[in-house]
Amino acid sequence: MALEGKVWRYGDNIDTDVIIPARYLNSFDPQELASHCMVDIDESFAQNVQEGDIMVSGKNFGCGSSREHAPVAIKASGVPVVIAASFARIFYRNGINIGLPLLEIGDDVEKISAGDRLRVDKVTGKIENLTTGDVFNAHPLPGFVENIAKAGGLINYIKEKKINA
Amino acid sequence: MGMNMTEKILAMHAGLQEVAPGQLITCKLDMVLANDVTAPPSFKEFEKIGVPVFNNTKIALVPDHFTPNKDIKSAALSKAVRDFAQKHNIINYFEVGRGGIEHVILPEKGIVAPGMLTIGADSHTCTYGALGGFSTGVGTTDLAVGLATGEAWFKVPETIKVNLTGEKPADVTGKDVMLTLIGMIGVDGALYKAIEFAGDGVKALSMDDRLTIANMAIEAGGKNGIFPVDDVTKAYIKDRVKKEYTIVEADADAKYCQNVEINLSELVPVVAFPHLPGNTKKVNEIPEIKIDQVVIGSCTNGRIEDMQIAAQIMKNRTVHKDVRCIVIPGSQWVYKEMIKRGYADIFIDAGAAVSTPTCGPCLGAHMGILTAHERCVSTTNRNFRGRMGHVDSEVYLAGPQVAAASAVLGRIAQPSDLK
Ligand code: SF4
Repeated sequence: MALEGKVWRYGDNIDTDVIIPARYLNSFDPQELASHCMVDIDESFAQNVQEGDIMVSGKNFGCGSSREHAPVAIKASGVPVVIAASFARIFYRNGINIGLPLLEIGDDVEKISAGDRLRVDKVTGKIENLTTGDVFNAHPLPGFVENIAKAGGLINYIKEKKINA
Repeated sequence: MGMNMTEKILAMHAGLQEVAPGQLITCKLDMVLANDVTAPPSFKEFEKIGVPVFNNTKIALVPDHFTPNKDIKSAALSKAVRDFAQKHNIINYFEVGRGGIEHVILPEKGIVAPGMLTIGADSHTCTYGALGGFSTGVGTTDLAVGLATGEAWFKVPETIKVNLTGEKPADVTGKDVMLTLIGMIGVDGALYKAIEFAGDGVKALSMDDRLTIANMAIEAGGKNGIFPVDDVTKAYIKDRVKKEYTIVEADADAKYCQNVEINLSELVPVVAFPHLPGNTKKVNEIPEIKIDQVVIGSCTNGRIEDMQIAAQIMKNRTVHKDVRCIVIPGSQWVYKEMIKRGYADIFIDAGAAVSTPTCGPCLGAHMGILTAHERCVSTTNRNFRGRMGHVDSEVYLAGPQVAAASAVLGRIAQPSDLK
């Protein structure tokens, strides 16, 4: 299934305190979290992000705290997929677990700039940069992690397993 | 084929003879932890699964981040944790006034032990590797599934071996060891990987040093940090751990993806500059940096040895007139002990604020938030932009000896700078 969207581009080591500052963690309402997403480095994001826009970042995206509020805030902003050179481990788990697809592409991320339009196939991991014409492939998801992603997250996956057991 | 400590513990809990890096496995959990920020959203997910908790004795709930409640919303979070603990008869629930910061109290109360597999919905759950267990941070959904099933999925990580030799000088702390390592390998140097500490140098590290070091494995991107179990560990757990535990040792032919050497005797006090824990610099090589606040505490440096180190420096001295110094013991036990040993008097006489245990300022929640352009030397673990308040404030990470000397001198300093 292919998605198309405009790129919001960020740098390396974007941490969870930047994605959603701790002062907003006294709520876990997704819409409220979304309204503060990225405010400390980019106030325009929460105000201007459109449904379907794609977040693209450098290495170690989502480092820091285990707060699932971070991927939830991004997902609730309408972002259907995040692309990065690499993801911090807990953020990666959390994204998969809540059904926010994350694509790791290493140094190819340098070929994506703010405002570019991308076409992304979440299943095959094929990414086309419609602005520049570049095409690249994300690292595939390993084994049953792919099944969790397909089920739309870990809770659905566990529920399906319970029903089938 | 030989296995390292992390691989052995994961294999044991997956019911397998052997595991190798990259393998996806499902493990049985010995302890599942959450706090007032992460537990309430996970309860919602837990309810969706629709089963009782897997084991009420293997769950720990610690309201520590926004407690004593900082506002009405936080009070609602704490109440959700309290209600869940009552409903499911959670034995290890620690009410305000009876606990402290999660990663200080779990080792202190013998809830975590060697060989155990612990997950916690808090990134610093990696702290318990100091005791020779596997422990790692997860998010709220993993936690919900852990509460319901007592299981979690893992990808077996590759392991970096950090070989410690020598003995650290008197003015160097566990914090300096870890900040130096993060400075060497970078904040993503151990991404998706385990860090195993080994070598003769381990012997000379106290348990509080090891807890500080393992605590910050996540700041190098690590999945966990783990120490071998030796006499120091055994002395620490002797009167604390009441249950059976397994001591795991790395095989002589265990595989590691990278080897790092640190000679402890060559280390000096360091400080991590804003806004990354890997921006490590030697205190004796930096220009004069004036500060507004010092925080001594947190799950990294809120233990009794940290209080002792800071108190020895502050004794018969005063906090600089332009500085606020906030001292926060990590647990009720540390609090009481520092009163008994006279450290509380030393801090108060020096002009510091001493509070009840809480995470508070560490995550910019309450109890010492910074405004624009303020600088803080903090014994906490993260100096990301806006971590302790305003986006234009600055956090410098250091050990308790640097924090205390800085509080006295009003600038970033080390003990030898004091007359
Ligand atoms: S003291 Fe800081 S790092 Fe430790 S658990 Fe609390 S908020 Fe997290």
